[in-house]
Order: sequence, then C-alpha cells, then structure tokens
Amino acid sequence: MDAVRLNAVTKVFREEGQPDLVAVDNLSLSIRRGEIFSLVGPDGAGKTTTIRMMCGVLFPTSGSVEILGLDQRSHHEAIKHKIGYLSQKFSLYGDLTVDENIDFFAEIHRMKDFRKRKEELLDFMRLTPFRDRLAERLSGGMKQKLALACTLIHTPEVIFLDEPTTGVDPVSRRDFWKILSNVLKSGISIVMATPYLDEAERSARVALLNKGQLLLVDTPEKIRSSFNHPVLEIIADHPREVLHILRNIPSIRSAQLFGDRLHVVAEEGAGIRDVLESELRSRGISARSIRRVAPSLEDVFISRIS
Amino acid sequence: MTQELHNEHAVVVEGLTKRFGNFVAVDSMSFNVKRGEIFGFLGPNGAGKSTTIRMLCGLLGPTEGSARVGGYDISTEPDRVKENIGYMSQRFSLYEDLTVEENIRFYGGIYGLEGAQFEERRQWAIEMAGLRGKETALTRTLSGGWKQRLALGCAVLHQPPIVFLDEPTGGVDPVSRRDFWDLIYNLSSEGTTVFVTTHYLDEAEHCNTIGLVYAGRLIALGSPTSLKSKLERYAIYEVVSENPVDAMDLLQKQPWVAETSIFGSAFHVSTDASTGSDAEIRRTLEQGNIGISRIQRISPSLEDVFIQLIAEESEK
Repeated sequence: MDAVRLNAVTKVFREEGQPDLVAVDNLSLSIRRGEIFSLVGPDGAGKTTTIRMMCGVLFPTSGSVEILGLDQRSHHEAIKHKIGYLSQKFSLYGDLTVDENIDFFAEIHRMKDFRKRKEELLDFMRLTPFRDRLAERLSGGMKQKLALACTLIHTPEVIFLDEPTTGVDPVSRRDFWKILSNVLKSGISIVMATPYLDEAERSARVALLNKGQLLLVDTPEKIRSSFNHPVLEIIADHPREVLHILRNIPSIRSAQLFGDRLHVVAEEGAGIRDVLESELRSRGISARSIRRVAPSLEDVFISRIS
Repeated sequence: MTQELHNEHAVVVEGLTKRFGNFVAVDSMSFNVKRGEIFGFLGPNGAGKSTTIRMLCGLLGPTEGSARVGGYDISTEPDRVKENIGYMSQRFSLYEDLTVEENIRFYGGIYGLEGAQFEERRQWAIEMAGLRGKETALTRTLSGGWKQRLALGCAVLHQPPIVFLDEPTGGVDPVSRRDFWDLIYNLSSEGTTVFVTTHYLDEAEHCNTIGLVYAGRLIALGSPTSLKSKLERYAIYEVVSENPVDAMDLLQKQPWVAETSIFGSAFHVSTDASTGSDAEIRRTLEQGNIGISRIQRISPSLEDVFIQLIAEESEK
C-alpha cells in the first residue's frame, strides 16, 4: 500500500470574470511508505495545490486522491487523524507557551493521553529547556521545530510539509533535516514541497512539476544520470568575458557564473572540449581548467523547464 | 588609511562594534570589500548581520570602530553614505498595492530623479526586470521572481556605486534565482559593488568573497574555494546501503562519527579525518550485517564547511 496515490488529479480554479486556471493538470503519482518525497518546480507549478489536495484541504475537480489506501473524499475524517500538515502559513499561538501550543494541537486531534508523546517530541526537537517560553519569543529555527512537533503530536503516518525551510538559516536548516531523518527512521512518510533543489537532493524521490503537469519523477541519482547533456566546469581569468563568449556558442545550452567558475551545459559531448578551447583561444583567453562534472538536479530541471 | 585603499575598496570596516546595553551584537569586526565585487555576508540568525548592514547603510551609529562606505564615514557622513547606496530586502521594499510603474515612480521620487534622467532609468528598470507590458499590474499580482527583479530595479534606480541586498531570494524558485544572479553579475560587471546576505549556501557559491559571521564576530573570510579547503579535520563519505536507517543508527554510535544525514537513497557520514575512514565505515557496517553497495569520499559543500566552522566556534 502506498502512502499517497494521485489518480489523474486535476484542479481547476474558477473565478467569475477570470479565465479558468488549471492549477494541476491530470497528475498521477504514487508515494511509497517510509520515503521522503519532494515536489519541486517554479512558482505557479502547482506544488501547494497538490499538497493541499493530498491533505484534503482542497478536493480535486476530477480524479482521486488516496491516502494509505483510503479515498480522500469518502474517508476524509479517518485520514485527518493519520496525517500531519505543516503549511507555509502555519501559525503557532505566539501568546501560548511551547507546551501549550503542543497541548492545543493534541486537543484538536482529541488525544486523551499524549503526555509521553509530548515529552518525546520536546526531547527530539531539543525544546525541553524552552517548554515554558512563549512561542513568539522563540528564534525562527525553534519556531520551525515547534511547528513540526505540533504536526507530529498525534503520531501521523504521513506528514506533508509545504516549503518548511523558507527563511530558515543554514544551521537551523541542517538541524531540521537531522530531525526529518529521525522522523523517517520512526517509519513516517514525508512529502514536501520545496523551491530548493539542494533539499530535493536529500529526498528518496523527486517529482518535477511545471504549469500543473508532472515532467518527471525519479530518484535524484537517476534523474542526474539520465541527463544526456554534458556538463563542464571551466575556470578561467576574466570569467565574465568568458560567460559572454560561451552564451554565443550555439552548441552551449546554458552557461552560468559561480564566482570565478563557469558552469556549462552543452548540447552534445563529442568534441565539446575542443570546441570550447578553440573558441576561447580565438579570443585570446586560455582556460585554466575545463573538466567534466556531474550534472546537478538544477541543471536537469532548468533544462526541462526552459 | 591610505587613499589607494579607498580607491580599491568600496567598503572598509575597522573594529566595528555595536552594543545594546550589555549585549554585543557586533564585536570588533574588520574587513574590506573590493570595488565591483560580490561580497556574501553569511551567518545564522542573530549573528549580527542585520545590525552590521544597518550600520553600513548609515542607519545606525556604531558604539566603537569605524567604517567607510563609498569613501564616506558612516559615523560622520551618514547622509552621504545613504545617497551612495541602494538597499533591497525582498520583504520590505515594494508597495504591494501600487502598480509596477507607481513603485518605480515612488523610488524615483525618493532618489530625486526627474525629467529625462528619470525616464531613462524607468525604462531601464522595466527592461531589466522583464516587466514590459506589465507596467500597470498591481505589484501583489506579480510572481516572486518578478517582484524580486522589480525590487532590485527600484533599489538601483539612482545608480548607486554600492548595493546591499538583504536575503533577496527567499522563497523564489530556481529559474528566477538563476535570472536574478545574472542581473547581479551584470551590475557587478558595470562596476557596482554588491553586498549580499543569504541563507542559501548554493547561492554563496556565486560570491567572489564570503564573510561568515557568528555571535557578532567575523569567523571566516575568503573565496568559496579557499573556505572549502579549510575543512581538513573532517572527511565526508557518501554511502549507499540497502538499509540506510539502521546503517546511520549504527554509525552514529561510533566515536569517530560526527554526523550522519540522509541524502536521497544514500546518506552522508562526516568522520574525524584522523580516526575515521572508508575502511572503518565498511568494517562497522559489516559487523552489523548491513550491506553496502557503494562508499566514496566526497568533497565538502560550503554548507558542510559553515556548519563545521560554527560548531568549532561555539565550542570555544
């Protein structure tokens, strides 16, 4: 049984006087139990709408959503207690303490004896020393962890996280990922939407959405290895001039500057190094190094979207 | 301080300190930013980044130390500093209920741009942001990427020699982020000095120089490449195992393992470079009857470096 199954799901938003907006277009997808699954894609790709339909906050215009084998429409109530949802606009109660916020979410799920679970979660998130602090007085990273604790209090089997680390600093972000690894170890499936491809890289499988459609879904490794354009790193003096030259070579799909390095995606592999060297030499530039590097998820995605 | 140093550097910071009561927000910070470079200012929340930027923008006076921005002293000439900089933060700089055009006009007014000069910059900003044909759209209806480019256009409408970008790309999608960095490189090639803060270390790779701040102090300064070579105490391995959860659990218990974290179908193990090794990881997992299909040493990311430098600093 899958954690989530989408069967030809379409969501159309209709507003009077406005053209219909097809936010999600005939999307079929299955997410396995116990995996971290990421939805990535540009703004307006349909990530948030998809997550909301999975959580049952929105219903599809056509198609169906199954959670843990149950149909979202006919088993809405039962599903509610098996899933957790951390939305982008998740709000804690600033004037309640850490403890009270967790109690509040436990009560929403009508939990009777949650004391042990709460202690575990506080410990897990390393929030025990701060349990009496008002939520509004926590740092951004701690708020994030408290929000996750509230999402996990009723021991859901699947959790949905919508851009959970936007605006979170690198140290808290790393901490958050460590916690997610532990959540996963406890057998919970994690589905998240993220605009950050380095985060998608940490997922077991990734789905790329664009304009409501599924472009590809696979493990990060397979997505990278199936990319059939060579990627090269060039180190040269005057990198900005080099960038300009590269962008005018027809067999270069894209060139991007990273400080003093250039990251190049070429059309074809055969002889590309010679082409680059001779183009640069003819303009009096000799590269200090040109080497083939592994494509990043970003290379693949940008190439598929544009 | 010699005149040459000021010609070469857009920002010169010397012993800059800011105290709020007993709290030292910025602790004798010193660094220079070269003219035309992209300088990344990174660190966790509460490290003192915003306080430093506010001082460098002439908005907040230092308790001790000094800084010159565009050749002007932040303590004695804050108004000159303000005229010579642009400032953008994605959260605060645009009026959502004004149109694209009205936002540009508003900033033109603030910077005292008029007539033909304003018209030329207005055209430039619309072109640069790719907003031709959307001049009368309400700003709140724009996507994150467009808003971001419009905010950048407004921040540099008066062609300041130095621009401060405070977390400019939060929540923006990868395609728009790429376009945005192209614009930043263009500004920098035209000679504008770009001072940027970001939480995303893949973006920090775009910077010529990075300063890492922690607890009010500058704890590392250098190019992305030179900073990565600093992580000598730790070796990072990527391991592919049929049972990653148990493998990570087992490794985490070893004294030579600093950290394990999941990475797709693989996981990463940071080990103490002097006591841990791939052989050691292999032996440990074999003893636990956990199969490995691949293990390889990988180079650290900037994020690995930062997490480690900050951990070492907080142990002091």
